[in-house]
Amino acid sequence: MKSHTLSVLVENRAGVLSRVAGMFSRRGFNIESLAVGTCEEPNMSRITIVVNGDDVQIEQVMKQANKLIEVIKVSDITERESVDRELALIKVAAEPGTSRAEIMQIADIFRAQIVDVGTKTLLLQVVGNTSKIDALETLLRQYGIKELVRTGKIAMLRGSKTVKSAK
Amino acid sequence: MKTGAKILIEALQREGVDTIFGYPGGSVLPIYDELYDSSIRHILVRHEQAAAHAADGYARASGRVGVCLATSGPGACNLVTGIATAYMDSVPVVALTGQVPTGMLGNDAFQESDITGITMPVTKHNYLVKNGADLAGVIREAFYVAGTGRPGPVLVDLPKDVTTNQVTAERPLPPEICLRGYQPTYQGHVRQIDKALSLIAEAARPVIYAGGGVVLSNASAELVAFAERAAIPVTTTLMGLGCVPCDHPLNLGMLGMHGTPAANYAITECDLLLAVGVRFDDRVTGKIEAFAPNATIVHIDIDPAEIGKNKPVDVPIVGDVRMVLQAMLERMQKHGETNGWRTRVADWKKRYPIGFPDDDNLRPQYIIRQLSDILKGEGIVVSEVGQNQMWTALHYCFTKPRTWLTSGGLGTMGYGFPAAIGAHYARPDMPVVDIAGDGSFQMNIQELGTVAQYDIPVKVVVLNNMYLGMVRQWQELFYDRRYSYTELPPVDFVKIAQAYGIDGIRVEEKEAVREALETALTTDGPFVLDFRIEREENVFPMAPAGAAINEMIGVHRK
Repeated sequence: MKSHTLSVLVENRAGVLSRVAGMFSRRGFNIESLAVGTCEEPNMSRITIVVNGDDVQIEQVMKQANKLIEVIKVSDITERESVDRELALIKVAAEPGTSRAEIMQIADIFRAQIVDVGTKTLLLQVVGNTSKIDALETLLRQYGIKELVRTGKIAMLRGSKTVKSAK
Repeated sequence: MKTGAKILIEALQREGVDTIFGYPGGSVLPIYDELYDSSIRHILVRHEQAAAHAADGYARASGRVGVCLATSGPGACNLVTGIATAYMDSVPVVALTGQVPTGMLGNDAFQESDITGITMPVTKHNYLVKNGADLAGVIREAFYVAGTGRPGPVLVDLPKDVTTNQVTAERPLPPEICLRGYQPTYQGHVRQIDKALSLIAEAARPVIYAGGGVVLSNASAELVAFAERAAIPVTTTLMGLGCVPCDHPLNLGMLGMHGTPAANYAITECDLLLAVGVRFDDRVTGKIEAFAPNATIVHIDIDPAEIGKNKPVDVPIVGDVRMVLQAMLERMQKHGETNGWRTRVADWKKRYPIGFPDDDNLRPQYIIRQLSDILKGEGIVVSEVGQNQMWTALHYCFTKPRTWLTSGGLGTMGYGFPAAIGAHYARPDMPVVDIAGDGSFQMNIQELGTVAQYDIPVKVVVLNNMYLGMVRQWQELFYDRRYSYTELPPVDFVKIAQAYGIDGIRVEEKEAVREALETALTTDGPFVLDFRIEREENVFPMAPAGAAINEMIGVHRK
């Protein structure tokens, strides 16, 4: 069992996300993360799905996804050279004077940006792969995380290779 | 300018639709108003579930797309069981549903249900049409998706304003349909085919395991030709019955939980399994590790997702079964040497026939054999689900594809009677018999009204044991005879039939069986036969759930 990153190219239409996500849950595949947005062609969307499973399960889920009429292409990019990123917004408790400086230092090290400052909080924005964000989250936990939101992973192959519709 | 309803009816006519099974309601009034003057025949059922099953029966018997129509909300929801049945058995059906007007969608309006959401898991695809201009194109696409590749049900949801409003700018239909996300593979890969052929030629104990896919792709002739040329015994699934004539010397009968000993032993001992249009269903394989444990597996299927789903496959061939078998016949060079194996298999067939006690009791197996003897393959036999279904599968001699309609995957009680109605409209030239249990028949018994209204000559053979027979059998064998809620009070089905104006006979004696069946078949119009059979008769042989298929109980020996 390991995490697989699937890049799924779909028709950009109402209900498609629900079809894809519904198929995963219906067949018992646990989605770890899912991110969706429009892509280079206006009538298509790209969904990046991180799903846990062994090779047989992943093969099966890809085949089942491919059967959906509005799914154009499914690629497993886990083993391929790719760039993956997630964005997180983290609201940390930061009373003036006390830990503020420390948090700002940590943000600096992680190349996170402080995008909002409240009287008792700092709001950090961080972009990176999943483990980087996990690490930052762990560090900030000691100060008290008030709220946290992550986008889910998006990924793209390196170099000139693309995940495009072959059909 | 035309209304959406007019465009819909024209689109259906363009697809060659001659019959629709349906039930009217508020949201589909515009469609019904157009139907009133159209050349399309509409059969008014008594429950929407029956409309879906009838469309399914029509599709299975004819090979064409079946069509059903229901109103929004409860009407649409009542189709779901029928749609799910068609989905599990890959039957091409287009289900049309009414919907509340687009402006009221999502407001919990009167008789609103999110039917596209509800049916997403049980349809091949579905549509919610929001604009009349899209209607003609959607209908074309729906029929195309339903009937091509691995067939399946497609639902089209039609808000009332879409069918009522005038469509100002109709979009021209594209000359051909091209969906970039849907490109079924029909031709098998040549290298894989050659690999399969050489493995088959080398095999000493090959077996063909053929299923519903053979029927769906109209590949029976090719399958028989291939089996004969390669001299390989064939076993068929429940869904594949009829694709090889039952009396063909290479035919081992059905395999699986209630399969024949010859078929199940052959599967267990084979060294090569040629799986054709099958999906390794758990009712077929039993304990999956013990299914064809020593075999190299070649699997032909149009749906890549079926290959390797339940059992690893050595040579996958994705393609239309008929086209792949044709290519295999063309490319075949060597025959395997299988004389010894065929002798062994023939010996099993002789030693372990499918039998039943030959006494004076009224036994269901006897009734089915008599029916088989009368019809001689020239009829369509539909079953309900349960013991009646398995007795029919084991004791009726199917000689042609599309003459056996049954709910295999979903196991839907109540399927048979309405499906028989659909089968009649698909093949009005053939007698249609529904073999039912008293439990199943009562699940859609209201369709007696439909067959009476249109004088549909469907004959119902009720194997009446006053039990939910298959469940009772399991309770007897595995639950210490604790018959928890499986006994049904006696029902006089003849009187019920008569209440609808239909003839019927009750039969309690073995001697009266033949004459009763002949009377039913020679009487015009519908007929109900109420056979009071041995109450605690079982379906044997049987491999208990979770056991290997060669570990059968109740094997009959000669």
